[in-house]
Parts: sequence; C-alpha cells; structure tokens
Amino acid sequence: MRVGLFIPCYVDAFHLEVGIATLELLERFGLDVEYPYDQTCCGQPMTNTGCHAESAATEALFVRNFAPYEYIVTPSGSCAHQVRFNLDAIEQTEEVKQVRAKTFELVEFLHDVIKADAFPWAEFPHKVALHNNCQTLRGLRVASMSERREEAFSKPINLLSKVKGIEFVHLARPDECCGFGGTFSVFEEGVSAKMGHDKVLDQHQSGAEYVTSSDSSCMMHQQGCAERLGMPQKYIHIAQILNGARS
Amino acid sequence: MSSRDEVMASIRAHRPKLVRPEPSVPLFDGATPANLLEAFGQQLARMGGELLKPDPVDPLAPVRDKLLGAKVVCSNAPEVPGNKALVPGMKPADLADVDYGVVRASFGVAETGSVCLTDANLGVNTLGYLPQRLIVLLDPAEIVINIHHAYRRPEWRQARYAVFHTGPSATADIEGVLIHGAQGVRSLSVLPLARQ
Amino acid sequence: MSENPLLHRDLLDSGPPEGMTRGGKRLDHAEGTSTPLRPKVREPQPRGARIRGNRPVDQSEAANRFIAAPEHEKMHDERLWDLRQKRDREMHGIPEWEELRDLASAIKEHTLTHLDAYLEQFETNARANGVQVHWARDAGEHNRIVLAILESHGAKRLIKSKSMLTEECDFRPFMAEHGIEIIETDLGERIQQLDDEAPSHVVVPAVHKLRADVAQVFAEKLGSDPDTEDVHYLAETQREATRPLITSADAGMTGCNFAVAETGAVVVCTNEGNADLSANTPPLHIVSAGIEKVIPRLDHLAVFVRLLSRSALGSPMTQYTSHFRGPRAGGEMHVVLVDNGRSERLGMEKFWPSLKCIRCGACMNTCPVFRRSGGLSYGATYAGPIGIILDPTFNAHKYSKLPFSSTLNGSCSNVCPVKINIHEQIADWRKVMSETHELPLMKKAMMKAAGALLASPALYRAALPLADSALRHLPRFIIYNRLNAWGRGREVPHAPKQTFHQWYKENRGREK
Repeated sequence: MRVGLFIPCYVDAFHLEVGIATLELLERFGLDVEYPYDQTCCGQPMTNTGCHAESAATEALFVRNFAPYEYIVTPSGSCAHQVRFNLDAIEQTEEVKQVRAKTFELVEFLHDVIKADAFPWAEFPHKVALHNNCQTLRGLRVASMSERREEAFSKPINLLSKVKGIEFVHLARPDECCGFGGTFSVFEEGVSAKMGHDKVLDQHQSGAEYVTSSDSSCMMHQQGCAERLGMPQKYIHIAQILNGARS
Repeated sequence: MSSRDEVMASIRAHRPKLVRPEPSVPLFDGATPANLLEAFGQQLARMGGELLKPDPVDPLAPVRDKLLGAKVVCSNAPEVPGNKALVPGMKPADLADVDYGVVRASFGVAETGSVCLTDANLGVNTLGYLPQRLIVLLDPAEIVINIHHAYRRPEWRQARYAVFHTGPSATADIEGVLIHGAQGVRSLSVLPLARQ
Repeated sequence: MSENPLLHRDLLDSGPPEGMTRGGKRLDHAEGTSTPLRPKVREPQPRGARIRGNRPVDQSEAANRFIAAPEHEKMHDERLWDLRQKRDREMHGIPEWEELRDLASAIKEHTLTHLDAYLEQFETNARANGVQVHWARDAGEHNRIVLAILESHGAKRLIKSKSMLTEECDFRPFMAEHGIEIIETDLGERIQQLDDEAPSHVVVPAVHKLRADVAQVFAEKLGSDPDTEDVHYLAETQREATRPLITSADAGMTGCNFAVAETGAVVVCTNEGNADLSANTPPLHIVSAGIEKVIPRLDHLAVFVRLLSRSALGSPMTQYTSHFRGPRAGGEMHVVLVDNGRSERLGMEKFWPSLKCIRCGACMNTCPVFRRSGGLSYGATYAGPIGIILDPTFNAHKYSKLPFSSTLNGSCSNVCPVKINIHEQIADWRKVMSETHELPLMKKAMMKAAGALLASPALYRAALPLADSALRHLPRFIIYNRLNAWGRGREVPHAPKQTFHQWYKENRGREK
C-alpha cells in the first residue's frame, strides 16, 4: 500500500514533531510511506477567504504531487476536509476526483482503513482532554456531534483508549469552537482570542494535564492563549501520543 | 400590473426548478403514555400551570376555593357562576377589571400540557388574556396524545380564533429571569371535569 | 436559584435581597440607611455597530467593544448557551427529532418550489373567511398599505407584537413620521423601543441588556425607581404601564410565524400572549407576513409547532400558539403579504434555502461568535449566522464583511430545525464577495500573494526558513505590538529548529 504523506504548511513550519510522529506511526503499521518533495499546501488559506480562483494553482500542485498514491494521509482534519469537500477551483478530472476521494486524516485512516486495534508501544499516563477541530468533527464526522440526536461514537477516543494509562477528562463545552477559524484568528482577532481564552479555561477547569487533537492548527491558537493566561496544560498531537510519546 | 401580479410573476420567474415532493407526515404516536391526564398534568406543571385535584364528592370545590375573595369573576362555563356577565355587544376591553376568567377547553394535549380554547369557548376572546387569572375546565376524555393528533381535530377549520394555552403568560426577556403574568394572565389552573 | 454547574459563579445568587418588599421598594425606616451605600459601579451597556452611511459594517470593532464589557458579555454568553443546552435536552426527549427536522426541511423546500400555488391557495381561503389580503412588493409598499388601513379607520394608536418583518421595513420610524403611535407589547421589544435601539435577537430582543440597563431605561421613560433592579419589579412596571395602552388602542398588529394555505389561517407564537391581546382587544387586526411563511397544511403545521419553541428556547411549546382564521364579529382582519426581495432570493442557486428559516434563533444561541459579540454588532436587521446569509441580499456592499464574522464551525447548521446549510452558505458568500470585489484591498492582495507563493514549491521553500528564523531572533516588543494581530491575545508559536521538509531531507534522504 503506497501512502503519500501530506504535511500541512503550518505543520511543516511549526510542528516538526507532528510530521515525524505521523511518518513513524504509519511505518509502524508496515506501510510504504513517501513524502512528495514538491508539496506545499491544500489551498485552505485562500478558499477559506472565498478566494477560490487564487487557490487553483495550489490545488493543481497538490493533485500533481499526490496522484501516484493509493492513499493520501495527513495529520490535519481541516486539510483533509478541504481536499475532500472544497478542492474544486480546478477542473474536476477523473484524476482530481480520485485524489480527493483517497485523502484521509490520520485518525480516520488508522480507524477505518488500517483498522488499528492496538498500540502496544504507546503509553501516556496523563489526564487528557480531547479537542476535535470543527471541520474534522462536523465535516469529516470523526465523532458524534452534541447538536444532533445520534448514537455517541468517537474515532479518536476509540484509538486513544487503546493507549496504556490514558485518562480522559470532560469539558463543560466539549465541542464549542475554540475560535481559531483559519484567517479568522488574525482578521477577527478580538473574538478569536476571547473564544480561545474561554476554551483553555474550560480545559484547565476540567483538570486536563494535556490537550490532544488531530489538528495542530487549533492547538497552536489554544497554546498561545493558554501561555498568555498562564494556564499549565500542555498541547500534544494525537499522532505523537499514538506513536509512543510519553510527554 | 398590480403588486400581486408583480410578486407572483417574480416568484414564477425565480422558482427553483427542482423536484421537491410533498412529504407525508406520520402521527408519531407509537409510545402512548399510560395515563394521558397524568402526562398532561406533568407537562402543564413544567410550563408553570397548575392541575387542580378534583374532589370526587364535590367536583367543583377546587375552583370555588380559588374564587374565594375574588372581586370580579367572569365565566363562560355554565358549571361555574360568575358575577360579571358576558353580554352581546360587549367591548373586549370591558374585561380589564376581571380577577378570574373561567372557560371550558375544547380539548387538551398530553405531549405539551396545552389546552385548546376557541372563540366559542371564550365567548369574548379577551377573556383568555385581560383577567388577572384564568381557570380552565378540561374533560379528561378530550385529551389527545400529541400535537399531530391535535391538528387533526375539527376546531381549526371551524373556529375563527383558536389558541393553545400552555401555562400562564410568561417571559424571561430580562437576564433570563422567568416572570409569570408578563402581559396576559398571571396564573392558569386546569380542573379535570367531564363535560355534562 | 439552585446550583447550575454551567453558570458562572458570578451569576449565582449571592444571598437574600436587601430587605425588599413585594413592590420592590427599598426599606429605609428604623435603622435602614436613607440612601443605598453600595457604590454604583455600573458597567455601561456596549452599543452596536457604528453605521456610517453605506460603508461596510465592521462587526469586529463592535464585537471588541462588547467583549470589553465583561459583565455584559459573560451574562449574554451564559444565557444563550443555556438556551442551547435546554434545546439539547428537549431534543434528547424526542426520539423522532432528526426525522422531524428532515420533514420540516422537506415541507419548506416543497412549498418554496411551489410558492405561487400555495400563496394563491392561502389567499383564496383567507378571503373566503372574510380576511382582506394585500400584497406588497417591498418595505415601502408594506408601510404605505398599513398606513392606509389605519387612516381609513381613523386609528392613531397601534399595539403590536413582535415581527422581524416590520423591523426589516423600518416600520416604526415611518409610522412616527405619519403621526401614528406604535406600542410594542413584547417586553423585550418594548425595552428596545423605549431605548431607541434595535432588537438584538429574533426571539429575546433585549438579551444583551443587564437588569441595570433595563432599570435605567424604565426610570427614564416610565418613571420607575432607577435603583431597583429586581426583575419582577421591572416586568410589573412594564405590565402596568402598557395595559391601559392596550385597552385604549385603535388597532393591533401581529407578525406571522406560519400561514396555513389549506385553511387560510395565520399562526402566531408568543410566550406573553401579547399577540392575542394585540389582535383581540382593538377592532382592527393587521398581520404582516413574509411570503415565505406559507405552509400547505395543518399536518405540516404540527411539525413546525413541535420544533419551533424547542429549538428557540428549549421549551416544548410557546405559552401561546394562536390561530387567526377570520375576523371577529364586528371586527376586521387584514393580511399584508410582503415580498421585499424574497422572490428574488428564491432564484439564487446557493442561497434560496435560507428562505426556509422559521426565525427560531437557535443558530444565534449556538454561535460562539454571536454569543460573544451581541446581536447589535452586526448592524443589520438579522444577526448571527442567519443574518450573515440574509443581510447581503439586502445590501451586498454594506454587509460585505459579515461573512467573515464566522469560524465556519458548522454548529448553526446542526441546530437549524429546517436544516439550512448555514455554514456552507456563509462560505459561499465569501466567494461572492471575493469575486465581486467586495473584499478589502489588503486582504485580496494577501490572498493573491499567498496563492502565488503556495503554488510554487521553490518560492515556498525559500520563504519558510525566513519566517521561522525571524520568530526565533526578534525581540518581544517587535513581535507583540499593535500591528501583529495574532500577538494581541496570544503568545506566538514557538519556532522549531527546522522545518519538516528540512528534517526529511537530512534524515530520510529520499528525493520524492
């Protein structure tokens, strides 16, 4: 199974350890993982702002890079969502449609495709709060949504509960948006920061030592807020926990 | 072209040309509560209303107790006498001095604790709103399971005015603090009493 | 008040009130102080968006001022989040909840795709019941029609219940110009009317005000005690002040939640009973109804009645659900059907489903941006998620920034009882704004530059090391200053030693 590893632009720039953990984790399952050198971005910064025409060239580059692979896996639900749902500034050829359909976020991929049922190398004896990015939750449907009357399920919890020692804590507002929102975090900074402050306070009051998520974009924003407020909780990507990080 | 013609023409020009058939709506009455009156009473209480406990020997006793000390009572229910009559040609505002209004409901709804009052039940429509308090007689045999059943009843095609009362007048517009008697009646009391 | 873990501790009762009597008057006999000694530190009410002609409304600026009033923001956020929780509890109690939403959406889509036929059916049946039906192409015509009806009856005082359509039509200022006195009977609307401020929420119009703000308005306009903030006292003050106006009114006006085509009846839902008072006390009843309010049958009405109050307030039913099918003996009933851009919106491929809206406000209650900004920050008739997708149809330039007052989190679409894909329409509006040159020049330029950079691997790789090395070496005051928006409320991300791309090249060596 040839897997193309897509490392989002901000992970490339700020979260090296997430990229490494994702690569190593996939390799632990015996997968043949390649990292196309010319990859850049999924186009979300532009399409998020409504600038679809400006996103076309980037989207085309993505497709060129990842067409050869059976699966495309990325440690970012919002990027996977962008590719599967919004990569339509370019002509929808067969190749484009296929690339879009086989792009997965890491947890989805491990849960639904690999059907991973054990992580014997992993141990994380800490109190952990799970944060689901909104596109990952409501777009990719990795877990049940509090607004809907549906049976409770959570793919990230399913995977994480197989990690030795992990203990989950619960937030007062489990799936309220943290306020990152991509370009929202800069252009509508006041509300974004207030939402982030409220979110990290909730995380702190829930007793979390660590917060984990399959999206380090949200966590970048939350960590920034937590540090500004002097909150003690730490932020770690799901890939790192599943790959065996102890802290 | 009249305004009506213009609006209609604009609608026809812009109507989405999509196939959207009319859905059929089930009655959703699979799970029926064992005791409709009890279910009705529970919902009514949740909504700030009061279900009076009928007296087996003297069915109207709870109502008489309520009316003790009331200065002006206006009743459109033959079972309960009042001291202010509803006369033809009466102005709606004439009921502003009433302490207690008394009416009989057409039916009740267990799902929500609602009673249906029509213009025939009210006599003068403001009898449901201008009095300080309202007492409603309800035949327990005339309680339907839910709203779907309620809208199958004939009142909606016969009455000029028909209303569901679900508890007394209420508002929580200021900081979410719940107030009864916002503009309409301060209390709603329902007495289960079979129609004669 | 019992312990509610969801409420901030500051909102819980701190103890018994200061020796209040029933009427809310402060006791000052015997050893009581003559005047209250507590310092009156009143947080001023943050006002809404600054409107400057047709310039794009800056929702962010108004939101920041709301956030800078922490007592107001905290109460507003907690109150609306509580409504969202109450809605969830109702939902869990109804096994068929999602099926009801599917039905509600399907009924509305069917009706809208056959809107002319159902409006005709409604009109025919209403007329047969003795109702006079009028048609208004726009807001101005609505106002003129209503004025003509009032003038033909010599009516000078009009009482009304809540109607967002009348807000859309700027109804009150128009009537004031023509010497008609309008009295809002809904408590929240009346507070706002007396304060000369627009309603901030479609269901709870004064939700942004603290009781102290209401006490101040009532003291100025109704002569009540400015120092008594007890909510029961304030509500009673309004009840007693409004009652004589109701009994002496010449005409009454209501909005319309649903217009049932098969019976020609108009349905209005309130909790106060003020629609019933407005319609039944004076001899003349006028209904303002948007053309999208029509639904085919009573069986369909059941679906909406079951969903509306549960979605809006977490209560199974509004206290009053009123059905007006014809005028009373000796009375008159008029219905004014209003287009005001709705038929045109019907033709918008991406946005016509916004016409399904039943004005429940659930989207506002769940929206994390709305709860922290207040509805007045949107500077438009409709606020919150539904406002973002409706307002640009009234004025695309003035409301061109609103689609960006969102994180596209999607909670709104999930709570919408008629399944409007609100968050997707917000994203679609961003595209419209970009393509019709409504984006601010700076933003558009940045996006063009980003698009070019991200499309070129060579340019991108060259830019990255510059970005993170700058972060590593610049002093704090340069990174955290007014020009760097990210750094206002947060610490910037820590810059790692190398990018993933560099690490992979060094450690895994393989080229593609």
